[in-house]
Amino acid sequence: MAKDGERGRYNRPRLALHVPEPQFRPGDTVDFSHIPVPEAGAQPRPDEACQPVETNPLCYDLIRVLGDDHQAHGPWDPRLAPDELRRMLRDMALVRAFDERMYRGQRQGKTSFYMKCTGEEATSVAAAHALAGDDMVFPSYRQQGILIVRGYPLLEMINQIYSNRGDKLKGRQLPIMYSSRAHSFFTISGNLATQVPQAVGWAMASAIRHDSRIAATWLGEGSTAEGDFHSGMTFATVYNAPVIFNVVNNQWAISSFSGFAGSERTTFAARAIGYGIAGLRVDGNDPLAVYAAVRWAADRARSNHGPTLIEHFTYRAEGHSTSDDPSAYRSAQEREEWPLGDPIMRLKQHLIALGEWSVEQHQEMDLALAEEVKAATKEAEKNGILGHGLHHPFHTMFEDVFEELPWHLEEQADQAIRERQIKWPQS
Amino acid sequence: MASVVDSDAVSLTDAPTRAMNMIEAINDALDIMLERDPDVIVMGEDVGYFGGVFRCTAGLQEKHGKTRVFDTPISECGIIGVAVGMGAYGLRPVPEIQFADYIYPGLDQLISEAARLRYRSAGEFIAPMTVRSPFGGGIFGGQTHSQSPEAIFTHVAGLKTVVPSTPHDAKGLLIAAIEDNDPVIFFEPKRIYNGPFDGYYDHPTKPWKDHPDAQVPEGYYSIPLGKARVVREGQALTVLAYGTMVHVAQAVCREKGVDAEILDLRTLLPLDIEAVEESVEKTGRCLVMHEATRTSGFGAELAALVQERCFYHLEAPVERVTGFDTPYPHSLEWAYFPGPIRTGEAIDKLLGA
Repeated sequence: MAKDGERGRYNRPRLALHVPEPQFRPGDTVDFSHIPVPEAGAQPRPDEACQPVETNPLCYDLIRVLGDDHQAHGPWDPRLAPDELRRMLRDMALVRAFDERMYRGQRQGKTSFYMKCTGEEATSVAAAHALAGDDMVFPSYRQQGILIVRGYPLLEMINQIYSNRGDKLKGRQLPIMYSSRAHSFFTISGNLATQVPQAVGWAMASAIRHDSRIAATWLGEGSTAEGDFHSGMTFATVYNAPVIFNVVNNQWAISSFSGFAGSERTTFAARAIGYGIAGLRVDGNDPLAVYAAVRWAADRARSNHGPTLIEHFTYRAEGHSTSDDPSAYRSAQEREEWPLGDPIMRLKQHLIALGEWSVEQHQEMDLALAEEVKAATKEAEKNGILGHGLHHPFHTMFEDVFEELPWHLEEQADQAIRERQIKWPQS
Repeated sequence: MASVVDSDAVSLTDAPTRAMNMIEAINDALDIMLERDPDVIVMGEDVGYFGGVFRCTAGLQEKHGKTRVFDTPISECGIIGVAVGMGAYGLRPVPEIQFADYIYPGLDQLISEAARLRYRSAGEFIAPMTVRSPFGGGIFGGQTHSQSPEAIFTHVAGLKTVVPSTPHDAKGLLIAAIEDNDPVIFFEPKRIYNGPFDGYYDHPTKPWKDHPDAQVPEGYYSIPLGKARVVREGQALTVLAYGTMVHVAQAVCREKGVDAEILDLRTLLPLDIEAVEESVEKTGRCLVMHEATRTSGFGAELAALVQERCFYHLEAPVERVTGFDTPYPHSLEWAYFPGPIRTGEAIDKLLGA
């Protein structure tokens, strides 16, 4: 029987497993000409109340506003006042200055870990500008820009990064895993995409309560492979939840290129189509396009027209984190050759083209922001840096596991304190 | 001391009682909490219009409305995930996972999220949810409708785990769980939904209505989490049990004429360690029972605690009566179930030592 079966298979074609491979590896010459970069302003803008299906073509397009002439074009131009544009520029530049300083701090041994968002600043900063300040955000780990936009003090961010005695999270979380209820910023998880159904649940609760606030979440293209993403999308479409899914496609998930999340076959925005959710694919390095897309989705959600998935097409210009070495798996040329430019440079040139900004003003701003970050860093260091003893009291390790301390944790806390007294009898 | 006294006595009013089975008692608790607290939301697969596959939510959608009690997609990850988000908003969700065997897709949301929110946000965000789920075997559910995965949850810092064994306790414990500001896993032994099944599968199971613990007070009352119940006082040995096994222990001790002290733990975490110590120190012998698989089961934790804390009072090694370390077999369900023979042997061993 089995033999007959084997014989029957002889004439069939042999199967081959496809394992995705990125186009460029270290040392390769990079040519991104295969990435279509459509003309700015050429993409249609449907009404926010449209049927989801009307957005389907936009899932394969790329919404762009800022053209090579540094002017804003087309129906997606959000027509923001110069003051708003300058605020957005400043916020992105502050994020970059902050990232630079914190990265150096990690290299100097002041903390264990840091993650920059270089090149991706627009996907959080412009998005946060397009939301109301009390809309609830469920970020991933590279949306420090939202906190900056919402005025969260740099000092608090650095205290958290240093896990020092000023850290409001009591030194429990890995650096950059911020939380600020007062800024409608949900506590960041180290597990990927778990925030997606949570954002949907928050949005459902807001709708149950006839509130006016919406929810927005961010995740990387890599973690769209997680079941949580798909559960979240299903719940969002079933209950028409007022939520925005921001998929930041920065091409790389640590060392795995976006092909391992399915980018060889379709776009990430197109994930929306199967769920019957509105989908937009946007030039993530174009702050005006990001603003316009998120604003469109926010208006749609707020008027009970349902959720939107936005793919922000961008590039992770730096390593995944301070623990990563991207030169080991990708070509260093990718960053320079990225066809969509740099979000800060593009907004700066737009403002200059409008006659609302100058190279000199930009230099002054950068200097002032570097000073602001430096001052906050000095202030935070008074509360200690990681591993130098200025941490929260020992007993806090056992608090907040439950609302009240159960007997077994009380016993374990006694043990920990006893161990400490043996180690440091003087303290 | 206080734990040996029936601890819910203080919380009980003089309210008139009514005989209920466990399903009716759970339904009553949900109804009362939906009425009392506008933050309470009940959701899960088939819980809305239909009222749940075990009928625990029957009539609640009609009474409280479609945005308070509703069906969900078949996605346990999604159910727990949205419950975390609802809790962050300020609601108090009571999701149902249709069978405990189905809870695994939701584990990351329970273990890494719900259980850790308070800690990782230093109290800024909490997950005040109660996850209800029928568990245990004895209904010919096969290997995916019979499991008792409580030890997975007691192993997680930040979760409370509750298992009622009577209609009276099911109502009071569920109300306490819903009011608790920490995430609670509330496992309902489905074999005793309709009657106090005692492991003698070849005898007819009596319905709850004539059982004293089926007399459920009307209206609101709660039984504090973390307090065990002395089911029966005795001198010969201590039985630590929960859920269905409480009834098995009672029946076997009755049949054998053993003067056992039977403790219904009710809450596995936080555990009523005082009640355990007090009883074992008195009897000097301890039997630990659960329906779940043996290795790394919650019984191992109980045995270790008794050994650590009561060693010099023990007259015999702690015995465990558990399910076998196999999946729950459909046709050999009763061979798997830790019934009267396994229990009787363990008791003989304890008393003979």
